[in-house]
Amino acid sequence: MNALPLILTVFIACVVEAVEALTIVLAAGLTREWRSTFQGMAAALVALAVITAAVGPAINDLPLTALRVAVGALLAIFGLQWLRKAVLRATGYKALHDEASAYLREVTAAEAATKQAKRGVSDWYSFTLAFKGVLLEGLEVVFIVITFGDNQKNIGAAVIGAAAAIIVVTIVGIAVRAPLTKVPENWMKLVVGVMLTSFGTFWGAEGAGARWPGNDGALLVLIPVVAAVAAASIAWLRSRQAAVTVSARPSEVVSS
Amino acid sequence: MKQLKAFGAFWYDFIVGDDWHVAALVVAGLALTAILAHAAQVNAWWLLPVFVFAALAWSLHRATAKK
Repeated sequence: MNALPLILTVFIACVVEAVEALTIVLAAGLTREWRSTFQGMAAALVALAVITAAVGPAINDLPLTALRVAVGALLAIFGLQWLRKAVLRATGYKALHDEASAYLREVTAAEAATKQAKRGVSDWYSFTLAFKGVLLEGLEVVFIVITFGDNQKNIGAAVIGAAAAIIVVTIVGIAVRAPLTKVPENWMKLVVGVMLTSFGTFWGAEGAGARWPGNDGALLVLIPVVAAVAAASIAWLRSRQAAVTVSARPSEVVSS
Repeated sequence: MKQLKAFGAFWYDFIVGDDWHVAALVVAGLALTAILAHAAQVNAWWLLPVFVFAALAWSLHRATAKK
């Protein structure tokens, strides 16, 4: 398979994660203290390196069939989580993920917290906030890079996609010094959900012993089909919402 | 013990997420595909997509039915 779709998929997925991590880091750094925030980030990066070093070779040792079943299942479950959230947000059943309000929430909590020095860190709150944010979002990046890269036998391309995403978001974040509210995060999550679900379904079924018609070419059909199902789900929920609104109107008239 | 529980809860939330039915349906779809492929020699490539779409529809229905 051409490396470009792999690089693009990993890039888009990692941009979403990097934007979320940036929001948390900015909230900690700008409202409290940069030194402890950087220490938290550094500690999280070390933890991520240790996890990657432990998990990476273990995954490489797995036979390809077992790897595809395990990774396919994880990616499909992960992708469906993203798709579910993106569809619920697109139809108003779940509040849109808004980086501005997420930033405001973190800032309010950061301003209310008391300053406490601990274990050589001058502000423990900034440290833990940055550590948790970078570790959690970073874990998702590591998961995406390892699963996509290993399955396509092209870890290098997956790393390029992830690194490009992190570099772009970091540069823009330093330039703007504010949460990246203009990034269409919800739609990007929908796209990533479609990609993760498609690849997960493809690799999972293949690992379970099924042979796709057209081999890798089946992905070119599967991805648009998953996207069409996501679009149909949005249309279905919107029409359901409209039906509920219409049926609620007569009672409003009666009660008024 | 408390930290072990928190560790388990973190990974459960990270992998399974809000609706465990989705994970259960994906695993069931994979298991059935494997059984059909290996025990019955049926190339059931279409089965997992059916389970995946059913999981999405079922999960969305459950999330929105009461709202």
